[in-house]
Amino acid sequence: MGIFTITLPDIGEGIAEAELTEWNVAIGDEVQDEDVLGTVMTDKAAVEIPSTVAGKVVWLCGEPGDVIAIGAKFIQIEVEGEGNDSAAADAPAPKAEAKDKTDDTAEAAGEKPAAPAPEKSAEKSPAKPEAKAQSQPASQSQAARPAAAHRPLAAGEKPLASPAVRRRAQEAGIDLRRVGGSGPAGRILHEDLDAYIEHGPPTARQSGRMPALGTRDVKVVGMRRRIAEKMALSKSRIPHITIVEEVDVTAVEELRGQLNAAHAANRGKLTLLPFVMRAIVMAVREQPEMNALYDDEGGVVRQYDAVHIGIATQTPAGLTVPVARHTEARSVWDCAAEVVRLAEAAREGKASREELSGSTITITSLGPLGAIATTPIINHPEVAIVGINKMAVRPLWDGKEFQPRKVMNISCSFDHRVIDGWDAAVFVQKLKSLLETPALMFVED
Amino acid sequence: MSDMTCKLLIIGAGPGGYVCGIRAGQLGIDTIIVDEQKPGGTCLNVGCIPSKALIHAAEEFHKLSHFNGSSPLGITAASPQIDLSATVDWKNGIVTRLNAGVAGLLKKSGVRLIAGKATFQDGKTVKVTTGDTSVQIRAEQVVIATGSAPVELPFLPFGDTVISSSEALSLRSVPEKLCVVGGGYIGLEIGTAFAKLGAKVTVVEAAERILPQYDSALTRPVLKSLQALGIEVMLSTKAKGLGDKGLKVETAEGSEREIAADKVLVTVGRRPRSDSANIASLGLATDGPFLRIDDRCRTSMQGVFAIGDVTGEPMLAHRAMAQGEMVAEIIAGHKRSWDKRCIPAVCFTDPEIVTCGLSPDEAKKQGGAVTTGQFPFAANGRAMTMEAEDGFVRVVARKEDGLILGLQAVGRGVSELSAAFSIAIEMGARIDDIGAVIHAHPTQSEGLQEACLAALGHALHI
Repeated sequence: MGIFTITLPDIGEGIAEAELTEWNVAIGDEVQDEDVLGTVMTDKAAVEIPSTVAGKVVWLCGEPGDVIAIGAKFIQIEVEGEGNDSAAADAPAPKAEAKDKTDDTAEAAGEKPAAPAPEKSAEKSPAKPEAKAQSQPASQSQAARPAAAHRPLAAGEKPLASPAVRRRAQEAGIDLRRVGGSGPAGRILHEDLDAYIEHGPPTARQSGRMPALGTRDVKVVGMRRRIAEKMALSKSRIPHITIVEEVDVTAVEELRGQLNAAHAANRGKLTLLPFVMRAIVMAVREQPEMNALYDDEGGVVRQYDAVHIGIATQTPAGLTVPVARHTEARSVWDCAAEVVRLAEAAREGKASREELSGSTITITSLGPLGAIATTPIINHPEVAIVGINKMAVRPLWDGKEFQPRKVMNISCSFDHRVIDGWDAAVFVQKLKSLLETPALMFVED
Repeated sequence: MSDMTCKLLIIGAGPGGYVCGIRAGQLGIDTIIVDEQKPGGTCLNVGCIPSKALIHAAEEFHKLSHFNGSSPLGITAASPQIDLSATVDWKNGIVTRLNAGVAGLLKKSGVRLIAGKATFQDGKTVKVTTGDTSVQIRAEQVVIATGSAPVELPFLPFGDTVISSSEALSLRSVPEKLCVVGGGYIGLEIGTAFAKLGAKVTVVEAAERILPQYDSALTRPVLKSLQALGIEVMLSTKAKGLGDKGLKVETAEGSEREIAADKVLVTVGRRPRSDSANIASLGLATDGPFLRIDDRCRTSMQGVFAIGDVTGEPMLAHRAMAQGEMVAEIIAGHKRSWDKRCIPAVCFTDPEIVTCGLSPDEAKKQGGAVTTGQFPFAANGRAMTMEAEDGFVRVVARKEDGLILGLQAVGRGVSELSAAFSIAIEMGARIDDIGAVIHAHPTQSEGLQEACLAALGHALHI
């Protein structure tokens, strides 16, 4: 038997490290060649790391949330034959033994353990990778610590409190089942009792309901951490200007209805989104500064001829932005099909790194939840974002009377460092006129 | 017959009764405590204290007996002798000192101690007879703390050869052959002590295993030690009665056999003394043989409390003490009720067993996911230096949040871990709390921390 060490492979150009987001295996698991061992997160995409050998997992490099350097030891697998890591083969695997013991109901009690004298087993494992040293300071004990949870008491279960707290409560005639515990495992502390005695349970008296006092710490890791970093970067670096405009989409909705009635069966169903994409393509033709990336350190705004539209998409893992490339070369049906394909890939976590990067301008939409107005955050380092709000039938004055019209607000944000308010307003007005008169979108000069 | 009155009358000066008396005295309650025997009850006079004295003497003798040149410690001692009569005198000296100590504590608290036999006249009136004199005591509140007595088998009545634990602790010479009926903790503690003193000991147990209240992981090191001491343990074996040479038994295979014995020690359990002192005339509600009490130790009669062994399992001195203290405070007008989370239990076998809270099986039966962690003394430096590598510490915790539900240990000297165990559970500690507490090195206590770390998945020394 030998130890085979798998290092974190180079998973993308220029990437020096990746965040471990998930283990698909645990110590002691048997794995086969090509089984997925774990998932790491790069700037954009989650990448699954497959096994290259079959054997038993004996060592893991860290825990979700740790940042692992490319090339650092990722996992060690005990394999038939020699393996590739002779140094690791001699090392004990203390973590594995401890873990095994945990789940053991101790039937093997009293038997001498395989581990020798304490001095020896206390030595540090030589298999400790350098990646761990660079990782976030989330100590193992912290990670292994059970989360404090405020659990309801089962019938007959006694509330958790120290004897002194229980005695005080009895003396004060307080039923501890009515006092929320803020301590670990919901333990009722002297402070909780003090608060109860001082303030009483006003909400409980009025409504008969217990105040909820529990808290939960949710570690911001993986996709959520990427989103958090990206949003913080956008908001802190880019001075946003947001313009909200009302658009009468009755005409484009009629057109959409007719096209769907005629072609949905063989060309797919159109939503409003491909028309908005088309409008953007037309608008940036006149205002190429909107279809650009701003390298503020280099002092350069790079304008693109190609219109790669990012579509902000909600996935189970969080917000992600797949990119419909070259929309300037696509028909509305192409755009529609591409959006559907990308959204599915993103939601299933199958979108590739290429599909998740390279946008030049972004559309964000909350669909039917879309509100009256939003304040979209620019997808850094882009300079403009188009937000689509909820469509509704509203009365519009046509000069003589109110008409019921399909109306949708658009909320567009711009990088005010490089886009002036005037230009931003022109861009928004262009989008409005294109969407209100859809024929203009299909007029090629 | 003279009359006395008091606010509180306690029948029985055992651990429950005398603690109740001391606390009542501290709280300024006019208290009288009555007992036929010297204060201290079974625990002090014929139970815990004498047995631990005998166990200690036997252990010391056993150590010397084995320093015969083969000890790895390099110690050789001349052939030791034991004068059990002197040992018993020494033990009696300790008991006498403690008797006086309890009497002194009662006196210091202003409690009147009356030696005599109590008989209930009614729920608040008790006649106490001392020799030819008697006194009638009327009280506002009464606490029944009459304790328990060894169970006698009808076909093995206590007498010359057949003895109870009380007599066994006062034997003036070591019997050559001792047969112990009952493989519970009392029989094993005394049987082990006599085996170490040189007796040929046979344990007869009707059940399939010794110490049936503990799981097999905890009892395995004890069984191993019994066998190493040359004690024959006969399981699934029933005592049938006395024969010409000793005890007649029916073996697991169903055959009759006679075990040669100079003394037959019967330790098949203890019965509550709920029939003494004319308690039956009060017509109190019962639970089987025990007096029924509520969470304030109140019986079915107003103003009559009951504490200790007479109220049921576990029959442990420290349970009685806690009840006694609580009842005194209730009588003093404090708001109290029984809200303990655990009662530690110690078995002074070799090695010792200590348990507190729920076992893994009990915890699982209560529902909910459970995690356990275990640390063997074989990986504990202090245990090695004491030649005490057998055994382990085990923690049982709620998986959801790591709340410690139970702690168990088996090993030399682990009885002293009982304080840490019960504090951890009463305080509502989680495994990560104990894991984060510095435990002195080198001590066996480290096993507690390591067991908790093992439950967290990262024991350090295994």
